[in-house]
Amino acid sequence: MNNATDGEIVQFDNVGLRYGTDREVLSNISFTLHPGSFYFLTGASGAGKSSLLRLLYLAQRPSRGMIRLFGTDAITLPRERLPGFRRRLGVVFQDFRLVSHLSAFNNVALPLRVAGVPERDLAKPVADMLEWVGLADRMEARPASLSGGEQQRVAIARAVIGRPDLLVADEPTGNVDPEMAVKLLRLFEALNRLGTTVVVATHDVHLLKKVPESLIMRLDKGLLSDPTGALRYPPRRPAARN
Amino acid sequence: MTETPPPVIPRSVLAGAVARGWRTISGANENQLVPQTRLSGPMPWVIAIMIALTVIAAAAGLALRNSALAAADELYGGVTIQIIEASPELRLSQAEAAAQRLREMPGVIDVRLVSQDEVNRLIEPWLGTRGVEEEAVPVPALIDARLRDGATGESLGAIRRNIREVAPSARVDAQSSWLKPVFGAIESLQWLAIALVTLLALATSAAVLLAVRSALGTNRETIEIVHLLGGTDAQIARVFQRSIGFDAAGGGAVGLALGLVVVLFLGRRFAGLGAGLVNGGSLGLVEWLLLALIPVAGVILAAFTARLTVMRTLRRML
Repeated sequence: MNNATDGEIVQFDNVGLRYGTDREVLSNISFTLHPGSFYFLTGASGAGKSSLLRLLYLAQRPSRGMIRLFGTDAITLPRERLPGFRRRLGVVFQDFRLVSHLSAFNNVALPLRVAGVPERDLAKPVADMLEWVGLADRMEARPASLSGGEQQRVAIARAVIGRPDLLVADEPTGNVDPEMAVKLLRLFEALNRLGTTVVVATHDVHLLKKVPESLIMRLDKGLLSDPTGALRYPPRRPAARN
Repeated sequence: MTETPPPVIPRSVLAGAVARGWRTISGANENQLVPQTRLSGPMPWVIAIMIALTVIAAAAGLALRNSALAAADELYGGVTIQIIEASPELRLSQAEAAAQRLREMPGVIDVRLVSQDEVNRLIEPWLGTRGVEEEAVPVPALIDARLRDGATGESLGAIRRNIREVAPSARVDAQSSWLKPVFGAIESLQWLAIALVTLLALATSAAVLLAVRSALGTNRETIEIVHLLGGTDAQIARVFQRSIGFDAAGGGAVGLALGLVVVLFLGRRFAGLGAGLVNGGSLGLVEWLLLALIPVAGVILAAFTARLTVMRTLRRML
């Protein structure tokens, strides 16, 4: 889980994506993401945000173009090397995607178990993480008995437990009240301060103002615009941050 | 929810985990990945039935093989000489002379003139006591001889030439030629047993394949999540492999017990027949050990099938 190269953590070059024979849902997407930055991906529903994120967290291969992740060509990456890259990513899915037969504790422990961390080494970090997201008293609860907000926090805890280099969150505040949304953003900021690059997809424009240091990626009908100029390709270093 | 920085898992813990690699034996970590009960249900019982049938078929095949070997061993070098002569006195004198000639021949290690009483007992089930005692039907005199180097066409010819002078109507036959059709039938039954064992192995594999596919379908969402969290195909395959392995071990033990009960029961029933061919079909220690290894082979086959099925299915996913 080391940091990416000092250049960019993600690089998209002229990427296009279509499902089957339909028209492209993403067209000519080119951008770079830099280590330790905080990005918002905005756009109306159906703009292609989730599709772009699926490319980012290696759930989908593009129809064309080039994607480099942590300095490696992700398109030609052999299948057996994908798990190593995925372990450097943290993903908060829009629909949480918690494993229904596992408790909150075991859901959060899942990335560590997948990485082969022994039981004796994972109990404390998982308990601490659940306490950090305010679910210390819900550790043994199954997802079905958790509220939407609680499930979301479990999903976030699961995404960040392995200290990912890149955290990708798809509408992480979509199912919570505004107060909880701000709290969740603070969690992402805290993680970002530890060095994780964060990409948060949201259609809530009010959320963008809550993280003033963030950079904006805007998607409109599958095309990416760069209102802050921070995403231009070839890459440049982002502005220095506090 | 706290505003403090998130708890940090020590890098050494993660690095240590990578260095240790996957834990393949206990599987404590991996057992959490998919629900373990989903693969159970009827699977152990299906495997138990398959193993029981395999044990019975294999035991039958081995017993038939032993019977054939024992009979062949007993008949090796065996020659029967029939003195076909209507006059009882002439028949007896020719038989005694032929027996004497045989004893003098090189390569003949044993000669026995079968007594009339013994011949009478042999044919009594067909002719009854009256017919035999009253010589209503002339019965040939029999000489049972054993050759050191087996009964070949050449040795049988030599015997015929040698006794022709003293018993011109003698008929010389190798004992093994009488049982040739029986050996042929036994061989066919052995092939049938092998075919049955093979078919049962295929059926077990097919049952495992269907069960694993069903479990993969049921757990598809979980598997996709595990994949996206960095789980490998081999890691997921091990979960299914271990689960089906436990099912197969339990089912195999039950199947072996069932199969052995049937084999022992049938063995006792056949032993009660007291027929020579059947008596040679008893199983030795090695054969019993082979039967005990069938469930072990079943576990290996089931686990291997499960692994192949899971790996092939997962390879279609990104």
